[in-house]
Amino acid sequence: MDFQLNEQQLAIDEGVRKVCAQFDDQYWTDCETNLHFPQEYYQAMAEGGWLGITMPEEVGGSGLGVTEAVVMMHAATASNGGYSAASAIHINMFGPHAIVVHGTPEQKQRWLRPLVEGKQKACFGVTEPDAGLDTTSIKTFATRTNAGYQVKGRKMWTSTGQVADKILLLTRTTAKKDCKRPTDGMTLFYTDLDRNKIEVRRIHKMGRNAVDSNAVFIDDLFVPEEDRIGEEGQGFKYILDSLNPERILVAAEAIGLGRDALRRASAYAKERVVFGRPIGQNQGIQHPLAECWTQLEAAYWMTMRAAWMYDNGQSCGAEANAAKFLAGRAAFDTATRAVMTHGGMGYAREYQVERLFREAILTRIAPVTEQLILSFIAERVLGQPKSY
Amino acid sequence: MKILVPVKRVVDYNVKVRVKSDGSGVETQGVKMSMNPFDEIAVEEAVRLREKGVATEIIAVSMGLPACAETIRTALAMGADRGILVETDVELQPLAVAKLLKAIVAKENPGLIVMGKQAIDDDMNATGQMLAALLGWSQGTFASKLVIEGDHAIVTREVDGGLETVSLQLPAIVTTDLRLNEPRYASLPNIMKARKKPIETIRPADLGVDPAPRLTLVTVAEPPKRVAGVKVKSVAELVAKLKTEAKVI
Ligand SMILES: Cc1cc2nc3c(=O)[nH]c(=O)nc-3n(C[C@H](O)[C@H](O)[C@H](O)COP(=O)(O)OP(=O)(O)OC[C@H]3O[C@@H](n4cnc5c(N)ncnc54)[C@H](O)[C@@H]3O)c2cc1C
Repeated sequence: MDFQLNEQQLAIDEGVRKVCAQFDDQYWTDCETNLHFPQEYYQAMAEGGWLGITMPEEVGGSGLGVTEAVVMMHAATASNGGYSAASAIHINMFGPHAIVVHGTPEQKQRWLRPLVEGKQKACFGVTEPDAGLDTTSIKTFATRTNAGYQVKGRKMWTSTGQVADKILLLTRTTAKKDCKRPTDGMTLFYTDLDRNKIEVRRIHKMGRNAVDSNAVFIDDLFVPEEDRIGEEGQGFKYILDSLNPERILVAAEAIGLGRDALRRASAYAKERVVFGRPIGQNQGIQHPLAECWTQLEAAYWMTMRAAWMYDNGQSCGAEANAAKFLAGRAAFDTATRAVMTHGGMGYAREYQVERLFREAILTRIAPVTEQLILSFIAERVLGQPKSY
Repeated sequence: MKILVPVKRVVDYNVKVRVKSDGSGVETQGVKMSMNPFDEIAVEEAVRLREKGVATEIIAVSMGLPACAETIRTALAMGADRGILVETDVELQPLAVAKLLKAIVAKENPGLIVMGKQAIDDDMNATGQMLAALLGWSQGTFASKLVIEGDHAIVTREVDGGLETVSLQLPAIVTTDLRLNEPRYASLPNIMKARKKPIETIRPADLGVDPAPRLTLVTVAEPPKRVAGVKVKSVAELVAKLKTEAKVI
């Protein structure tokens, strides 16, 4: 067993931190306050070739594994930008997975190259208002026509919809009631986000306001045959393949955010003098921070284990879910503790920890909630009856 | 023209260094190490010269523990073509480094050596000058601008009171100051390419050099802690204190 990053992974960590260091607290505060997509940061990451880290070399990527993407995203969220820094580029890491595995060579060149080069952005349209976590109950329907499909439906929470050029769209092509299994009859598309046919309405939300999330209304959108990924009816399976890497990456992103919050809290605890001594000299302040460190470390190595299993072709559902669970909690607890350590200043925007705090709770909700993770582990690992 | 760029592995400039309790040096165990920032500037300058077609090959050299290979990789990721690691666990002082570099110069015949004006760990500011003396080459230290014109290097130097421009006959040694350039970030594709570039490992004995230290380190100590200032109530009191207590006026 070798519990350390290798030389290349260390170089990735350092390389990402160098790019991110150009974007300071003021930059991220402005993005957050002005609902400004962090385009400059996104561009810098694209120019450094980072958006292609997991993409195949034939489309200009670097063909590295989820482990390397973990190192990258952990470094990105630990460098001031928090979860906004993650969400601005997150979709590039795992979103096109279905295309990588099931796309034709022509589709890969047409779709993945512009993503890697930072010339196009994509959003991920899976969640729906009336389906929630029960993905097979989605209602967005694609009806066959001569040259393709006519799509009608609604998506919910679709992140980066305001700036995206493309949408990865999960639809039903056969109604659930007409399918043998609920997971049948779903089809996946990757197509232009045509704003004449798709209305994208920003949702006002608690945090991570630099990156938009939206209610999406799709009204008779024509999707040509060549924009379908793989076979008709197999869409759910294609999406499933990308869920474990996504969970692993979200875990890494949450931990990076937690590290940043902890760094800020520790610095403040050393400096802030009350009752004639630094507040960090009180165990009531330092012990909770130390506890946060242990939680972040535990979550980090769980995440690395899940990433390693994925990259080595082992099934890692339980580990990926556990990593995301532990990481979300660790990030949330740490960000909360960081605010508390700052006292009143924790509530002021200037100290950044309130921004991280508002973002941290998201890692417990999306892309999958804690309840569903626990239901999965109870069923698959502990052999309990399925509860959902 | 080949360019030789020596790169040193030092405690990262963001790290708050801690003196070892026995005063024998500073703590490097478990501390983040990076390329000396002045050497990064040197690598960047060499890469720019190659991009302009002035140089054909860039060789990065580092000396010390095997981990110095990481520093060479950083240089390779920035654009250097190959590396030489002089591996030794002897503590290397500027004169030893200069002698080792001289031996490498004899093998490689570079037309230009670009190196940091000093390393941020010991702040010696000596290796470039010693190497120039050993080789009998011209030197342009503290460079803020470098232009190659034919067989001359035109170096703008940052000196007290202004800028001085010197013309050096090549081969020459240029040491970098902060304002020479802003080093690039290694892109991911270049980090990957760097894995495939060769690093040759040799030992001081292979170069016929004895790197043993000539200077003895007596002790390393923390600078005295700054004590809190005093607040004065009036200008008159300030002047009085400056006269009688600080004795500076
Ligand atoms: C900021 C943000 C960005 C997002 N971005 C995207 C995006 O880009 N693309 C996308 O497709 N989606 C996105 N999502 C959606 C996200 O993945 C979902 O919100 C998440 O999967 C939860 O689904 P839901 O909101 O429909 O909750 P619901 O399914 O409505 O669940 C509500 C609550 O009930 C609980 N619950 C439901 N069923 C059970 C059960 N059987 N047992 C126990 N508890 C249960 C859930 O755990 C949850 O606490 C985003 C969400 C947010 C908040």
